[in-house]
This record gives sequence, structure tokens and C-alpha cells, in this order.
Amino acid sequence: MSVPIDQRIGVATPEGIELLLEPAGPVPRAIAWLVDFLWRFGVLVVLAFPLMAMGEFGAGLWFLTWFLLEWLAPAAFEAFNDGATPGKRAMGLRVVRDDGAPLTWRPALTRNLLRFADFLPMLYLGGLLSMLVQREHKRLGDMVAGTLVVHVDTRPPGRRIPAAAPLPPPRPLTLAEARTVLDYAERAPLFGAARATELADLAAPLLRPDGGPAPEQLIRIANHLAGAPSHASG
Amino acid sequence: MRQAEFERRHGEEWHWFDQWLCSQRAAARRLRARTPPADDFPARYRALCQQLALARARAYSPALVERLQALAGEGHRVLYGARPPRSHGLWSFATISFPRRLRAEWRVFVLACLLFFGPFLTLGLAVQWWPDMARVVIPASDLAQIEAMYSPDNEALGRPQAEGQFQMFAYYVWNNVRIGFQTFAGGVLLGLGTIWFLLFNGVYLGTIIGHLVQVGLGVQIASFVAGHSALELIAIAVSGAAGLKLGGALLAPGGRSRKLALVEEGRKAFELIGGAALMFAAAAVVEGFFSPLPLQPALKYAVGVLFALVVLSWLAFSGRDGDAAR
Repeated sequence: MSVPIDQRIGVATPEGIELLLEPAGPVPRAIAWLVDFLWRFGVLVVLAFPLMAMGEFGAGLWFLTWFLLEWLAPAAFEAFNDGATPGKRAMGLRVVRDDGAPLTWRPALTRNLLRFADFLPMLYLGGLLSMLVQREHKRLGDMVAGTLVVHVDTRPPGRRIPAAAPLPPPRPLTLAEARTVLDYAERAPLFGAARATELADLAAPLLRPDGGPAPEQLIRIANHLAGAPSHASG
Repeated sequence: MRQAEFERRHGEEWHWFDQWLCSQRAAARRLRARTPPADDFPARYRALCQQLALARARAYSPALVERLQALAGEGHRVLYGARPPRSHGLWSFATISFPRRLRAEWRVFVLACLLFFGPFLTLGLAVQWWPDMARVVIPASDLAQIEAMYSPDNEALGRPQAEGQFQMFAYYVWNNVRIGFQTFAGGVLLGLGTIWFLLFNGVYLGTIIGHLVQVGLGVQIASFVAGHSALELIAIAVSGAAGLKLGGALLAPGGRSRKLALVEEGRKAFELIGGAALMFAAAAVVEGFFSPLPLQPALKYAVGVLFALVVLSWLAFSGRDGDAAR
């Protein structure tokens, strides 16, 4: 495969393919944490009124709720809710194991028990440092549990190559060249006209001097590569 | 084969795959038990993986490759997430896995015991000879408050005021399990956090108990802690052992990368901290409901000794057959 130019990391599956995971950085994770903190805090505040009115039994329940919300609730969400606490879901994040498989109880609990170490020396500085020095953005808890926080795939609906009369390239293209041309053609509708021309001019060696505007030629070559029927357009 | 032909040939399969994944997600969102995979799902998933590999190798357009990659990724989650849990329940964990794990890790457990009980006994005894030492470790105002809690005039033994039993039980869970978890988590800082928590708690508890004995409240404190002390103190040491496992993985990973050692030892440490959490919870039940009962000290001592024997023999013998298999 080509040299990665983004943060994605490949995970080999038993089927012999490579899944690409996109680790999430500190900022979306911090926001997700804040969302989780706020709803848990809110639950405790709201519960405080009726429970305190119930006397000592209510106070006991309140302490137990606090304990469960602080240590176990995030782990339960991550183990049973598709790897996402409400905050992570809101931010489009998900916790998976290092091999891309869904989380189970043990790693979910492990990473949440170790949250305390990430908090040290204050305000999650340790966790932040740990995330910044690693490609996978793991905090300490993730390292022990063998987990990753990744962006959930929310790609835009499939882009398509604009239809045009197929045009064979002047010479056979290498795979990398072919992929680049296809990539260009799929994105062409998103570029402005000037940018489209600027990029297409880089492919000058593949173009015929008399073959019309560069973007148009590239799109026609892409149609040829993809195998579009020749009657696609005039 | 050109891309357009490839898409024509397999488009229907991909559509089925997409639809099926959507229905799975919808089922999960409605909090129903996840429907089991369709019988031919694994076969369809393998076919999809093959098509993804082909699409990559033939340099089909990135949009197509990404679409197949997204489908395969979701399929991977569903297929490998549907496996039944491997654990055999809490009971067998408590009676077999945890005691076995603790015996297998006896070295770190002994070390944790030294780090915790060492200062505990040292301070407890030192205060008998040098009573002023207690004020060096703990502020005098705090000591006075603790003395009041255990004074014979206090109706609710071992508490600031006459709080209810359930509330104190919940408080003990909230506080003690947290201390255990923190002791464990500190281990990932090269073991330093764990060592600090063990020493700190040893010094602190040893000083308090020693001070109360020294000012003549020995019977009160001993009869209060008799019931739960074995469970609670050993649970602290077990949490420490779990933390030291993490520290050990970083300091002496053996023939592994530190990253791998941390994950592997973390798995073992998790069994230890899980057991410690159970012990803390059980101790909180005893401390909340039994320890404050106004019974004869002799009776409480007897129960305490009995509990201690039960705890020790549980840790030493439970799940013995098969220990050698490890």
C-alpha cells in the first residue's frame, strides 16, 4: 500500500484484508468527556433532592449511584452500547480493541479504572501527554486495556465519476497513476474551476495537447479506466 | 475486469450487506438482544473481503474502495462481536479464578503486603513508645475528632454522628473501593503511584490505630474493626499487588515490548483488582451492618477471628485442584 498521509492505522483481519481505523485525538475526546461529565453530574444533582428527602437510606442510595456513575457507568456503556458513552456517541467516537473488534467487559473496565492515572498530575495532563506522543492517541488506560478510540466512519454519500465519453490514456497507466486519476475525477465536482484546472495541469504528461481542457480530458480518461460504456455521453 | 463491470456484478450483494447491517443497528438501538447473524452472513462477509482486496489490488476508484472498506469494517464488528462471552460468571471468578490468580502472583502480593503492613505495624508500635509521633503524622484536630468517634460516650461507634447503617455501607463502598482502584491505577506510573498509596495508607491507618490504643480506646477500636479488618486490609494489599503488576510490566517486561507486556500483565492485574473490589464490597457490608452493633467485645473478636480464618483459607485453598495446570 502507499505511504499513509493521514492518521489512519491498518489492522489485519483473519480474512486477509486490512481495516483502516482512524484514531481520535485529544480534542474530540475531551469534549466527549465533558458531555459525559455533565450528564452524570446532572443525574447526581437531580437525584439528590428526592433521595435526601428519604433520609439515611436515600443518602446511601445516592452514594452508591455516585460510585456506579463514576466507575462503572462509562465501562458499561462502552461494553454494551457499541463502544460509546453518550458523550462519545455525540462526538462520533467509539472504543474498539486494538484489532478493531468490539469492546468486551474486561478492557472496558480496565480502561475506566485507569482513568485515575490519566488524570494525574492534574486535569488529565498525563493522559494528554500519553495521547500526544503516540500515533494511536492512546491514553494510559488504553495502553493497559489494549483499546483504541476511533472516529466512527461517517463518510459522505458515495461520490461518483461525472459521466463523459471514455478516452484511452496515451500510454498504459501504473496502478498508482490510475488510482490518482480516478480519485481526481470523483472529487472534481467538489473543486472550483480554477482549482480543478490547476490540479489537472499537474497530469500534463498524460494529456494530449490538442485534446481540450485538462480537467475534461482527465475525467474522460477516468471514465475509460472505470469501464464506462462508450455511449455515456456525446 | 473494469470497475463498472465489477460494480454491476456485485452491487446487489453490497446492497444486501448494507441493508442487513442497518437492520442490525436498528435492532441494537431498540435495546433488544442483538439478532444472531444470518446463517450465510459469514460467507457473505468473506466474499466482501475478497472483493475489497480485489478492488484495492486493481486500483478501482477510492470511493468504491472506501465504501467496501466501510462495509467490511462494520461486518467485522458484527461478526466478531457476536461471540458469546467467555467469562463463567461472578461466582466462579470469586471461587476459582481470583484465588488462583492471587496465588500465582504471590511475589507481588508479598511485596504489596510488606509495603502496606510494614509501615502499618511500625507506626502502630512506634506510637506506643513515642505518643507524640501521632501528631507528627496526623494533625491534632483530626486526631481529636477520631478519638471522639471511638469514645465510649459516642452512641454510634466509629462514626461522626449517628448515621444509618445503609448510608455508612454505601459510603464505605464509595470510599474504600475508590482507594483500591486508585492504588491499582497508580501502578501504571512505573509502580510509583501504587507504592505511594500503600505506604500512605499503611502509615495513616497504623498511626490512628496505634494512637487510639495508646490513649486507652483499644477495646473500642478493636471491637469495631474486628469483623471487617481482615477483608479490608488484605483487599488493600491485593489492589497493591494488581498495581505492582502494571509497574512490573513497565520496569521488567522480559522478552516482550513494554506495550505488549502492559496488555498481558494488565489482563492478570485485572483479575486481582476485580477480586479486591469484591473483597472491599464484602468488607463494606460487614463494616456497615455488623461492626457498629453493640455486642460484647469478646463476641466481636470471635467473629473477627472466624472471618479472618475464612478469608485466609478462601485465598489459600479455593480452586486448588488445577492450580498446577497454570
